[in-house]
Amino acid sequence: MASTKAKILNLVLKVWRQSGPKSEGKFVEYPAKGISTDASFLEMLDAVNEHIIADGGDPIVFDHDCREGICGSCGFMIDGQAHGPLRSTTVCQLHMRHFNDGDKIVLEPWRAQSFPIIKDLMVDRTALDRVVSSGGYVSVNTGCAQDGNSIPIRKRDADEAFEAATCIGCGACVASCKNASAMLFTGAKVSHLALLPQGQIEREERVLNMVAQMDKEGFGACSNTGACSASCPKDIDLTTIARLNREFVKATVNKHNTDQKLGDG
Amino acid sequence: MSTLDGKIPAGNIEEKWTQYKFDMKLVNPANRRKYNVIVVGTGLAGASAAASLGEMGYNVKAICIHESPRRAHSVAAQGGINAAKNYQNDGDSVQRLFYDTVKGGDFRAREANVHRLAEVSVNIIDQCVAQGVPFARDYSGLLANRSFGGAQVSRTFYARGQTGQQLLIGAYSAMMRQVEAKQVELLYRREMLDLVVIDGKARGIICRNLLTGEIESHVADAVILATGGYSNVFYLSTNAMACAVTAAWRAHRRGAFFANPCYTQIHPTCIPVHGDNQSKLTLMSESLRNDGRVWVPKNKGDARLPHQIPEEDRDYYLERIYPSFGNLAPRDVSSRQAKYRVDEGRGVGSTGVAVYLDFRDAIHRLGESAISARYGNLFQMYDKITGDNPYKTPMMIYPAPHYTMGGLWVDYNLMSTIPGLFVAGEANFSDHGANRLGASALMQGLADGYFILPYTIGNYLASMKLDKVASTHEAFKESAQGIQQEVNKLMSIKGNRTVESFHKELGRLTWEYCGMGRNEAGLKKALTEIPKLREEFWNNVKVPGESNYINPELEKACRVADFLEQGELMCEDALHRKESCGGHFREESQTSEGEAQRDDTNFCYVAAWEWQDKNKKQVLHKEELHFDNVKLATRSYK
Ligand SMILES: Cc1cc2nc3c(=O)[nH]c(=O)nc-3n(C[C@H](O)[C@H](O)[C@H](O)COP(=O)(O)OP(=O)(O)OC[C@H]3O[C@@H](n4cnc5c(N)ncnc54)[C@H](O)[C@@H]3O)c2cc1C
Ligand code: SF4
Ligand code: FES
Repeated sequence: MASTKAKILNLVLKVWRQSGPKSEGKFVEYPAKGISTDASFLEMLDAVNEHIIADGGDPIVFDHDCREGICGSCGFMIDGQAHGPLRSTTVCQLHMRHFNDGDKIVLEPWRAQSFPIIKDLMVDRTALDRVVSSGGYVSVNTGCAQDGNSIPIRKRDADEAFEAATCIGCGACVASCKNASAMLFTGAKVSHLALLPQGQIEREERVLNMVAQMDKEGFGACSNTGACSASCPKDIDLTTIARLNREFVKATVNKHNTDQKLGDG
Repeated sequence: MSTLDGKIPAGNIEEKWTQYKFDMKLVNPANRRKYNVIVVGTGLAGASAAASLGEMGYNVKAICIHESPRRAHSVAAQGGINAAKNYQNDGDSVQRLFYDTVKGGDFRAREANVHRLAEVSVNIIDQCVAQGVPFARDYSGLLANRSFGGAQVSRTFYARGQTGQQLLIGAYSAMMRQVEAKQVELLYRREMLDLVVIDGKARGIICRNLLTGEIESHVADAVILATGGYSNVFYLSTNAMACAVTAAWRAHRRGAFFANPCYTQIHPTCIPVHGDNQSKLTLMSESLRNDGRVWVPKNKGDARLPHQIPEEDRDYYLERIYPSFGNLAPRDVSSRQAKYRVDEGRGVGSTGVAVYLDFRDAIHRLGESAISARYGNLFQMYDKITGDNPYKTPMMIYPAPHYTMGGLWVDYNLMSTIPGLFVAGEANFSDHGANRLGASALMQGLADGYFILPYTIGNYLASMKLDKVASTHEAFKESAQGIQQEVNKLMSIKGNRTVESFHKELGRLTWEYCGMGRNEAGLKKALTEIPKLREEFWNNVKVPGESNYINPELEKACRVADFLEQGELMCEDALHRKESCGGHFREESQTSEGEAQRDDTNFCYVAAWEWQDKNKKQVLHKEELHFDNVKLATRSYK
């Protein structure tokens, strides 16, 4: 809605341009003129791209799809902050009313070894999918489920599991971590399932496999700075990392004990 | 014109599906791995189908357009999913969900399919709970329900305002488990651009690898399209940016009939358009209408701020016109009424193209914290987008294209008119008739993928003798060359107009003439304008960059090229259907009170269109609809 408060901004964008994973990148400046404060950040980029195309240039590439803050496609650094200055907000939900006329805005892709750059602001986050496929599920085939209400779950646990399950897999946590750690992402998935009765059977294998995969993908270790949670658009809590650590230690000890027993027998 | 056979099993409606499952042919478990099935699209329908078929032992290839299947458009669904569980003991049953869906669809759906949908709805909830989908629960620890979209029972299961996300994560995780087990091969960033038909059967697809530009051939024994709807033909819609008709349209051009393209759903509660830069519209869940009251000023041109307008100068028009349903009147009805208010000059906001959705009374009655517990995330989202605080000032909303009931025609097996091509989820036309009820699309997508296709595909494969084909087959080569030529052509035009500008103009035409209200003159106008626009597109579009690397403009160009053809068929279909029904409102066919007037004598059929050559009129085929269980009646919500 064109709110009565809408204003027009003229901005300058300083954008990281890189044509492929192995090519060298550089910053290029573009004017962003006549932008309504009601536009979203991505709509502002659309407008800049339309100009670039009209001038015969190559438009800036960025990932996006839902533009509602839920699919996890969008995400890049705005002035050094993942998803930009507004807390709990993805880039696609950030609106231009949070910027001032004349601002110069710096845009860079997520930078992490496990997220190779595809082009410009677009990176490859399939490493996160592989962490999920290593164990981020309950192994239940279609058709063998019991009645939904035969598994009552304390509302408090259900709500907490839900909170953890709202992670959108955007990778901002990795990008804002100086070690490029994926502990918040993995902690969210492990918490979601560890909190529910359905997740108990595979609880230990799950955490061991997911952590192993995380390491294999080259994500770094966690040094508890909390930058991940601060940049997370879904406010995934740091307690999920604490839970991940606890689950991991417990599962490792149990596995060790079981292995020994089996070895003895 | 011919008459289409929906292959509905014989017997009583309650027994058809059970009998079908008994009569169908089975593929022996050891033989399943010999069959290759391609699933295109990884939303709820595609992910659930890929997971289930993988678990059964089929060799599955899943084609994902995104960087991850978890990003598919289903993720955005907010409100909930229906199921006839009757956990609330308020009189729900399979029979009632069946009845509501047939009636809600304005008697333009196939009864047998709808009944099956209602039957399997209960299994969906069980399956999702078992996967760990964190549905909302009561303090008892049992599953919570709400009433949604005008239903008079509470049968909607939900996970706060993120039901689609949670269901998709469930289906996606199940599929990723099969990826790990090597039953499903997942191909990322691929867009299907053609269907390959050999000896009259679907035997594979052609994709463009969006990262390398390579045109790839994939062979299969059966292909499932689960590629979603075509609301983006209107340019502005609530759909995600990559939602397109392309996959369905390319299959249509290979012989799959397209059914009821004019049945589109305009959702009543979306955030209004803010200006020319707008790229998409955002839905505000319709659950808001449980507590919000919809109104406009009584007087034209009332420029006062909403809180300055006293009660006697407000027109709560839904409550006035539909006393028993009030603000919960169905989507098509609510949308149309909002349009009437705006057409009367009583719209609000700076553009005058909006109505109020007001929580003042609910906040008075229940307190701000109760409202925040119910809708906190939606209020926050509204605030983020508009900069207005809905606790203090009413929301402004307006209808927007949201869902498409039309789609590829399928029989009871969910198989299209091309043997071996199955269509699931929003991409098919099957269950919602001319209007979809809230919380029924998620149900349908998962019903198709988890509980229907796994049976019907087996039946097909077991009854068919399929010759071995290789991707070196002439048909694959011919098709791949055709796609390469199309890409080359688009790159070589080097015209003066961006893809976006063509899409916007198409959107303007379709919204104006084939949106909430349609009439003969307008549709005829659209039918002369769209071909002209298409002509200009193919001579004047400007696609920058290269075709052998990631190129979002080229991707968009392919999609818009298809919308420029499909938009025309949508108008053609709307023109031929002279009655009003559900989301299709022909202004010539209304009651004296402005309600949709169906014409069962002449239009009680599914219109399925058959592609002819380019620039030739498509041929209409009909599937007659029979209502043996729910009596044909006027839908009334007064
Ligand atoms: C904002 C919003 C809220 C909604 N809320 C609800 C709700 O509360 N309850 C409810 O029941 N329904 C709701 N719906 C409707 C529902 O979400 C959809 O109808 C449903 O999710 C469709 O699922 P699907 O699997 O059929 O298709 P989709 O989820 O659309 O998946 C299809 C996928 O295929 C991809 N694709 C398209 N073309 C190609 C191609 N050529 N090659 C490869 N991939 C391709 C698309 O990008 C997409 O990711 C909502 C819809 C919207 C837009
Ligand atoms: S934990 Fe937060 S920041 Fe990390 S991927 Fe999930 S939503 Fe994004
Ligand atoms: S585009 Fe989907 S979260 Fe931003």
